[in-house]
Amino acid sequence: MPRHFTPKVVTANALLEGDAVWLTEDNTWTRDIREAELLTDEAHADLRLLEGQAQVHMIAGAYLADAKATTDGPAPTHFREAFRTRGPSNYAHGKQVDL
Amino acid sequence: MYTYTDFDENFVRTRVAQFRGQVARRIDGSLTEDEFKPLRLMNGLYLQLHAYMLRVAVPYGTLNPAQMRQLAYIADRWDKGYGHFTTRQNIQYNWPKLGDVPDMLDALADVGMHAIQTSGNTIRNVTADHFAGAAADEIEDPRAIAELLRQWSTDHPEFQFLPRKFKIAVTGAAHDRAVTKAHDIGLRMVRNDAGEPGFEVIVGGGLGRTPMVGKVLRDFLPKADLLPYCEAIVSVYNLLGRRDNKYKARIKITVHENGLDKMQELVEARFEDIRAGFTGHDQALLAEIEAAFAPPACVTKSTDGYEAARLANPAFRSWSDTNLSAHRAEGYAIVSISIKKHGATPGDATSDQMRVMADLAERYGHGELRISHEQNVILPHVHQSDLPAVYAALREADLATANIGLASDIIACPGMDYCALATARSIPIAQEIATRFDELKIEHEIGQLKIKISGCINACGHHHVGHIGILGLDRAGVENYQITLGGDGTETTTIGERAGPGFSADEIVPAIERLVTGYLSLRQDADETFLQAYRRLGMEPFKAILYPREDKANAA
Ligand code: HEM
Ligand code: SF4
Repeated sequence: MPRHFTPKVVTANALLEGDAVWLTEDNTWTRDIREAELLTDEAHADLRLLEGQAQVHMIAGAYLADAKATTDGPAPTHFREAFRTRGPSNYAHGKQVDL
Repeated sequence: MYTYTDFDENFVRTRVAQFRGQVARRIDGSLTEDEFKPLRLMNGLYLQLHAYMLRVAVPYGTLNPAQMRQLAYIADRWDKGYGHFTTRQNIQYNWPKLGDVPDMLDALADVGMHAIQTSGNTIRNVTADHFAGAAADEIEDPRAIAELLRQWSTDHPEFQFLPRKFKIAVTGAAHDRAVTKAHDIGLRMVRNDAGEPGFEVIVGGGLGRTPMVGKVLRDFLPKADLLPYCEAIVSVYNLLGRRDNKYKARIKITVHENGLDKMQELVEARFEDIRAGFTGHDQALLAEIEAAFAPPACVTKSTDGYEAARLANPAFRSWSDTNLSAHRAEGYAIVSISIKKHGATPGDATSDQMRVMADLAERYGHGELRISHEQNVILPHVHQSDLPAVYAALREADLATANIGLASDIIACPGMDYCALATARSIPIAQEIATRFDELKIEHEIGQLKIKISGCINACGHHHVGHIGILGLDRAGVENYQITLGGDGTETTTIGERAGPGFSADEIVPAIERLVTGYLSLRQDADETFLQAYRRLGMEPFKAILYPREDKANAA
C-alpha cells in the first residue's frame, strides 16, 4: 500500500536574517506561510524542495514541513512549525511583531 | 585580572578577518551553506528556529566591567537589547543578522573576548567554580588552571577534530559548584598527604541522552603534571573515541565501553610519552597567569552599616540571607545576583541590567563579575558595608530577587522558543513555575531546591542533575514533560530517576506544585531539604503524590 502523503510546504531560514521563510508558487520566499505553495503531490513536493534548496544565495536549510489547507492559505499542523510562523513565547519578537 | 598579550589579540583579529571574508563569500553566493556551516560553527554562529544565534565564551565565567558593558553594547547595537547567559558560562545572542556577525566579533575582540571553540568537536569553553578566588572553602583559585587549559586547547592542532565536543570544568573548592562530575574531564583541587595542592581527575561524566557520572581516573595529580596529563586523556580519546555513531562518540561512552582500567593504562602510557615534551614552559606560563589572578586588595572596615540595614529593612535581610555566600576575607561577602526574577526568562539580562551590574562591580566589587553555571551573575568581592547600596541599586534595576538556590531559581534551556533541536518549550514552563511559587509565598519555607528544565534530551538545562528535573518531549505532536527526581550536581553527583509518565503542558505546573507541597508534609523538619527527604524516603511517596490513585484508575 502506498504511503499516505500529507500536504507540505517548503520552508527554510532566510540567509541574511535567519528567520523562517516559505516557498511560493512563483519561486520567491515569503515570510508569511499563508502565501506559500501547498504541495499535495509527493513527487511534486520533492521537486519543489530541490528547486528551493538550489537557491543557496537566498536561504539555508530548506526542508518539507507538514501543513494543511485553510480558507486563509496553508497553515502549520505541528506546534514546532506553528512557533516558526510566530516567534518565541517569552517576548513579542520575531514574526509576531515583524509581520 | 588576566589580560591578553599582543599575540592573543592578533590571533583573534586574524580569525575575525578570516570569518569576515567567509561571510562575504556566503552572502555573494560563492560558498554554499554546506561549505559555510562548519566555518560559521567554528566561530560560534548557529542557525536556530527564528534567527541566527551567536554563542560567546565567557572563559571560566569571569568578566570585567568593560567586558560586561561591551556585551550590553553588542546587545543594543546588533541584537534586541538583551543576552542569554547559559549553564556553560557563555552568553548567547538570539537575533543577530548574518552580515553583522563579523562586526560583533570585532567588538568582542576590542575587550579580549571571542566565540572561538564555543561550538564544534573540539575542547569547548573551560568552565570553573563561579565563586573562584572568593570562596571560603577554596584551596586555590582554579581560574589560573582554567586559563592555562584554555591557552593550551585553543587551536590545538591535534584537537580540532575530536570525535565529539569536549568539556572541561575545574574547581578549587571542596564544595563542587562546577558540576565537575558531569564533564568530559572534571578537575577537583585536593591536597595530598604532604599538603601539596594537586588534582583529582574525573573523566567520562556527561548529560545528554546517556547521562553518566564521571569516574576518578587519578586520585592525585600534581599540579605541574596537569597539561601533559590532560593532553594524554584527550589524545587517547581522540584515537579510541567512536566516530561511527555521533551518539556514542563522547568520552563517557569510550570509558564505558573500554573500562576505566584500560583508560587508565592508556592514559598513563601516553602521559609517560609526552611528559618530557613539556619542558617547563607551561609552568612558567602558569606562574605568570597566577600572578595575574592575584586576590583583590581587601580592606578592613566596619560592618556596622550592614548590621543596621539588616535590622531596619526586612526585604534587605531576606535578600542578604538568600543571595550572599561566605567570602574568605573578613567583612566581605559574595553576592549572587538573581537573573531569575519571578516570571522572567531564566538567564536573560537586558543591556541596562548588564550596565548596572558592570557599574556595581566597578564601584563596589573590585572590578570583577562572574557568570554562574546556574545562569546568575556573581559579584565575588563586596564589602559588607557596601551591601545596602548594592542592594538598592539592584532593586532599582529589577535585579534584587531573593531566590538564589530556591524553587524559582530554575535553570532552563532555551527550548523550542529558540532552539532548532528542541522537542518542547522550556522557558514558559520555568516562568509559570516561578510565578506560581511566588504567588504561594512558600519558596523560603521550602528552602534549597533545584528545579532544572531542558527542551530535549540533549540536557542543556541540566535536568538530570536537578533535584526535580523536567524534560520536554514531543508526544504525538503535543508538548509533554517528564519528571526526574533526586538528581544532584554537586560533589555527590547523582543522576535523577524518572518518576513515571510525562505530563501535558497544562498539567506540569500543578504536578510540580503538588510534588513540592507534598514534600513539605513529608519532611522530618524544616532542615530536611527536598533532596534529603527524597534520599531518605525514595521514589514511592513522591510518585504517589504525582500520580494519585484515581488518575491511575481512570487511565487503566
Ligand atoms: C539554543 C542553542 C543550543 C543548541 C543548538 C545546543 C545544542 C546542544 C547539543 C546538540 C547538545 C548535546 C550534545 C551531546 O550529544 O552530548 C547540548 C548539550 C548541552 N548544552 Fe546545549 N545547546 C544550546 C543551548 C544551550 C544553552 C542555552 C545551554 C545552557 C543553558 C547549553 C548547555 C549545554 C549543556 C550543559 C549540555 C550538556 C550535555 C553534556 O555535554 O553532558 N546549551 N547542547
Ligand atoms: S536541551 Fe535541547 S532544546 Fe534545550 S537548548 Fe539544549 S539542544 Fe536546545
